[in-house]
Amino acid sequence: MGLTSNAQDAFVTFDRVQKSYDGETLVVKDLNLQIGKGEFLTMLGPSGSGKTTCLMMLAGFETATHGEITLDGRPINNIPPHKRGIGMVFQNYALFPHMTVAENLSFPLEVRKIGKSDREAKIKRALDMVQMGSFAGRRPSQLSGGQQQRIALARALVFEPELVLMDEPLGALDKQLRETLQFEITNLAHELGITVVYVTHDQTEALTMSDRVAVFDDGRIQQLDAPDTLYEEPKNSFVAQFIGENNTLTGVVSKMKGATCEVRLDDGEIIDAVPVNVSQVGERTQVSIRPERVEYNPERLTEGAHTIHAEVLEFIYMGDIYRTRLRVAGHDTFVMKTRNAPDQRRLTPGEKIEIGWRPQDCRALDA
Amino acid sequence: MTDASAGNASQNAATARREDAARTGPMLAADGRPLKASLNRALRRQKMRALLLIAPLLIFILVTFVAPIIDMLFRSVENQIVSETLPRTVVALDDWDAQDLPSEDVYAALAYDFNEAAERRRHTRLGSRLNYETTGLSSTFRRSGRGIEDVGETYAEQFIDLDEAWEEPETWTALMAHPDWLSAQAEWAAEAEAAGRDFDEPEPAFRLAPGIADVLPETADAYRSFARTIQQEDEDSPTEEEPWNTVYLALYRDLAAQPASAVAAYFGPIAAELAAADAAVDGFETVSLREVFGEMDDAWAEMPMWETIDAFSDPYTAGYFLAAIDLQLTPDGIEAQPEDQRIYILLFQRTIFMSLVITISCVLLGYPIAYLLSNLPARTSNLLLILVLLPFWTSLLVRTSAWKVLLQQEGVINDILVWVGFIADDARLQLINNQTGTIIAMTHILLPFMILPLFSVMKTIPPYYVRAAKSLGATNWTAFWRVYFPQSIPGIGAGCILVFILSIGYYITPELVGGRTGTFISNRIAFHISESLNWGLAAALGSILLALVLVLYWIYDRMVGIDNVKLG
Repeated sequence: MGLTSNAQDAFVTFDRVQKSYDGETLVVKDLNLQIGKGEFLTMLGPSGSGKTTCLMMLAGFETATHGEITLDGRPINNIPPHKRGIGMVFQNYALFPHMTVAENLSFPLEVRKIGKSDREAKIKRALDMVQMGSFAGRRPSQLSGGQQQRIALARALVFEPELVLMDEPLGALDKQLRETLQFEITNLAHELGITVVYVTHDQTEALTMSDRVAVFDDGRIQQLDAPDTLYEEPKNSFVAQFIGENNTLTGVVSKMKGATCEVRLDDGEIIDAVPVNVSQVGERTQVSIRPERVEYNPERLTEGAHTIHAEVLEFIYMGDIYRTRLRVAGHDTFVMKTRNAPDQRRLTPGEKIEIGWRPQDCRALDA
Repeated sequence: MTDASAGNASQNAATARREDAARTGPMLAADGRPLKASLNRALRRQKMRALLLIAPLLIFILVTFVAPIIDMLFRSVENQIVSETLPRTVVALDDWDAQDLPSEDVYAALAYDFNEAAERRRHTRLGSRLNYETTGLSSTFRRSGRGIEDVGETYAEQFIDLDEAWEEPETWTALMAHPDWLSAQAEWAAEAEAAGRDFDEPEPAFRLAPGIADVLPETADAYRSFARTIQQEDEDSPTEEEPWNTVYLALYRDLAAQPASAVAAYFGPIAAELAAADAAVDGFETVSLREVFGEMDDAWAEMPMWETIDAFSDPYTAGYFLAAIDLQLTPDGIEAQPEDQRIYILLFQRTIFMSLVITISCVLLGYPIAYLLSNLPARTSNLLLILVLLPFWTSLLVRTSAWKVLLQQEGVINDILVWVGFIADDARLQLINNQTGTIIAMTHILLPFMILPLFSVMKTIPPYYVRAAKSLGATNWTAFWRVYFPQSIPGIGAGCILVFILSIGYYITPELVGGRTGTFISNRIAFHISESLNWGLAAALGSILLALVLVLYWIYDRMVGIDNVKLG
């Protein structure tokens, strides 16, 4: 991701933005965020984490209690939503039910007083863009969910905004359709060079579509990074838990060794880990290991790394992978995923094995 | 399962699929019956259950609501009273040319009919019925009920002068009554005598002697009318009563009209007396029945009476409907009512106009309220909704009376306006007992019926439509007018239909605050139901009102679509 995020050339900035609805609790706490032009940024987080509020503040439907939001260098706090020129796609599509598809698309052009022939050309182009050219005369109720979302997308793009906001646009669709549309939306965004701020609680969606992902929790951005960094190098235990599947072991830091450290787990076993946000011996920590980085085949284990004992509790055949549940250091929920390869042995419940991982895949995070 | 049997099974399934596709006839269930029939049988039980559940209400509605309404509507065209009360007259009038007063035959028929009607005390009912059409007939009929006894008296006296036997009931029964009836009647009389006062066995119904109707057709008819009437009305026996004078009239007319040979051919009882009378009638003094009736009441010798009877002699009439739209039925066809009697068209127009004004005021006042209610948090909106519903829990009469207090010239509103200085003390506004009063009070009363459907529709319009519109560049007003408002139209439609239909038939409020100019057609209907007792006209007015509502409903359906009406 080559985009540098400094405040000068950022397209959208949130500067120390706070939001409270009731005057007692902050829904958004001190938000600082720069979004570059042409960037696809996803706000990801559990419900109630403040991501939608941020989007609504950007769209102009909520006002920031404190702080400033700028768009292309202009502060927009006091600009009403209809003058911001931001396209928006809603979770429920929000296609006007009493208008046809063409009338829906015509609406933003009419309120901008664009001439009839111009309007028609733009509508046609926008519909073709989402492969819905032949549906202009239909009513939204005559379309399937996926088709409606395509129209909603076309409507948000038809007046050529530079910034498009999407509020969980694929949340109501089934999995297969969602994947197709994910792909289409990202392609379209890159082709048109528009800036997209995308809100979702689906982490797969966030990882596959975005240039950068802002993980929200408790009104703050917990981590803002490219998808791969986010997955591989979560900065705290919330991000580690929230993104992808994750095994967590608890213990105390017993030795710092520069780039790595040793952690004594609660049952006394010692493992190697990368200290992420622990700094001194004696601190409590949650150690996080991705299930697919766990190895039990001695040939694949790294020389010299610590191994620990595990007992197979359950072995699930899932086609492309095996999913094994283990008892490790007193935890019953430790999961190991192994690729279904010819040389891979199927484990049987009750079997005692040794497991291990590369020290850099094991991250010691906050407790 | 072995591989072989698995293969077999899948092969079977494939064959079945092919067969299904190849068959063109109706789909069959597993037992070979048509699928539709099986489904119907399976659903019949459910349908019966559903029917049983609604049966009590259905029966209740049918008996107490639908049937009376149909009966009431039927009254708007029903007119059997004329042909039932004056059957002979109506028949006799069939070939009347309506140019001049009718012939003596018609007057004779009227005499027989009226005599029976007067004895049965039905003439005043007919009088008030015909009075709806031609004013004054009611008193004519009442007066004639007393005079009818004397019609034909001249002939009665002459017959009795000729032969005292004509005064005796026995002569008449011997001439007219069937021998079987005579013996049955005698038996009855004996039993009655033996049983004393508590005897309540009915008399055997009078029967004419065979053949007498051929010899003396009018007399036989008149006598039977007399005999049956006194049996039923007075519980007297024809064997003991001297016939009415109109029976003598009939006898005279029969004998005068018959050739002598007809009477000579009669060999039954009283043949000798009859022959003597037949010989004598040519020398009888005669009277003009037209004059006799004319002396009783001038109306009988004037055209309007006969025109009215003739126009309303059919058992069914359009007269009530014509009257309901300010027309009248005359022998020359349908004509407009005299100008000073035209009120119903005006009343219908006024009713529709005022209902429209009330409906529009309700929309204008109710829409903002409903909008506010639907956009407030649930707790606040529930509280406010209770305030909207509060009037429902207050008696209609109390609310309307409250408006009287508020709106009258010395009332609260006028007092405040004078106090503030908007109007002079001697120029207080007339806010009640006119259209203004009705419109104000009814708008207030019907407002909840507008707010509730509006609210329930607006409640279902998600806020994101307006947001979407704004994000697309629409100002607040454009977003409201082009996106929100069209989606609230079903609520407006439902509210308007409800308020309009309720107000078009409203009665109490216009009655109390409407004065002379602010009353509705329903007030007139009520007047005809309970005061003038012209139920036919009331029914016709009601039917027109019902048709009007249905037409409006149909127009609305064509314009907006009834599917678009939402009550929640």
